[in-house]
Amino acid sequence: MRGPDVTWYLAVAATLFATGALGVLLRRSPLIVLLSLEIMLNGANLALIAFARQQGQADGQIFALAVMAVAASEVVVGLGLIVAMARRRLELDVDKLTTLRG
Amino acid sequence: MADFLVWLVWFVAVFACLGSGVAVVSFTNPFFSAIALIGNLSALAVLYLLLSAEFVAAAQVLVYAGAVMVMFLFVIAYLGGQADAPWAGGPTWQSVAAVTAAGALLLEIIMVIGLKAGGRLSDEAAIRDNFGSPAEIGRLFLTDHLLAFEITSIVLLVAAVGGVILGHHSRRDVAQRMFDEAHPKLQG
Repeated sequence: MRGPDVTWYLAVAATLFATGALGVLLRRSPLIVLLSLEIMLNGANLALIAFARQQGQADGQIFALAVMAVAASEVVVGLGLIVAMARRRLELDVDKLTTLRG
Repeated sequence: MADFLVWLVWFVAVFACLGSGVAVVSFTNPFFSAIALIGNLSALAVLYLLLSAEFVAAAQVLVYAGAVMVMFLFVIAYLGGQADAPWAGGPTWQSVAAVTAAGALLLEIIMVIGLKAGGRLSDEAAIRDNFGSPAEIGRLFLTDHLLAFEITSIVLLVAAVGGVILGHHSRRDVAQRMFDEAHPKLQG
């Protein structure tokens, strides 16, 4: 393969995953938490596709496509929840949603 | 020469990808975060192309950067894009703990990959010309991975039904709220 080998792609994937995890842990707006979750899923996708290229088998790409479908479903449900929260005039802050805290 | 070009494209794509990822996390306005995520997804599609995953790159641009992000932008426009400022008022214990946990996660992933697979990653299998082409992906989906393909359709159906139920605005609730707003003294 021309260019960088799989190790470099895995380093990028790990950095992306950590960036997304930082956003999920740090931010309070549920919209930005969802956006950071997308970054985490894409880091995992990049690792899957890099390994598919290294093994020479396209099954990892199938897995990545399935992850994309799951991510789209997750966005639909997450955005539906956020709109329902806004409609009930709850403040959009994940730290304030403590009704279910035990 | 071709090798240098691939490295150059790789560096530009990785820089755009990581830069826009940090931008998504650090922008205060969700609208700008969503725009930065579109850049992140497009840069990732370039990396997928370098890994000869043509169909996944096309699907990434169409499904993710197109459809999903448009939905995000609609919701942000609907909610008015309230800014939240995580950097205001100095570092709290929560933000310090978040940065520490994310850094530990990154270190852990790199350590595990380096220890477990360090020496075996540099040799790549030879691939045929149709690797990652739509025809090859379609053949795999309809033969080896037929069950995953069908389950994906059920997941999407359940998500669509869930979205409708969550966004459902029952007429009775609206009538009740209009009645309450018109006659505030009848409440309680």
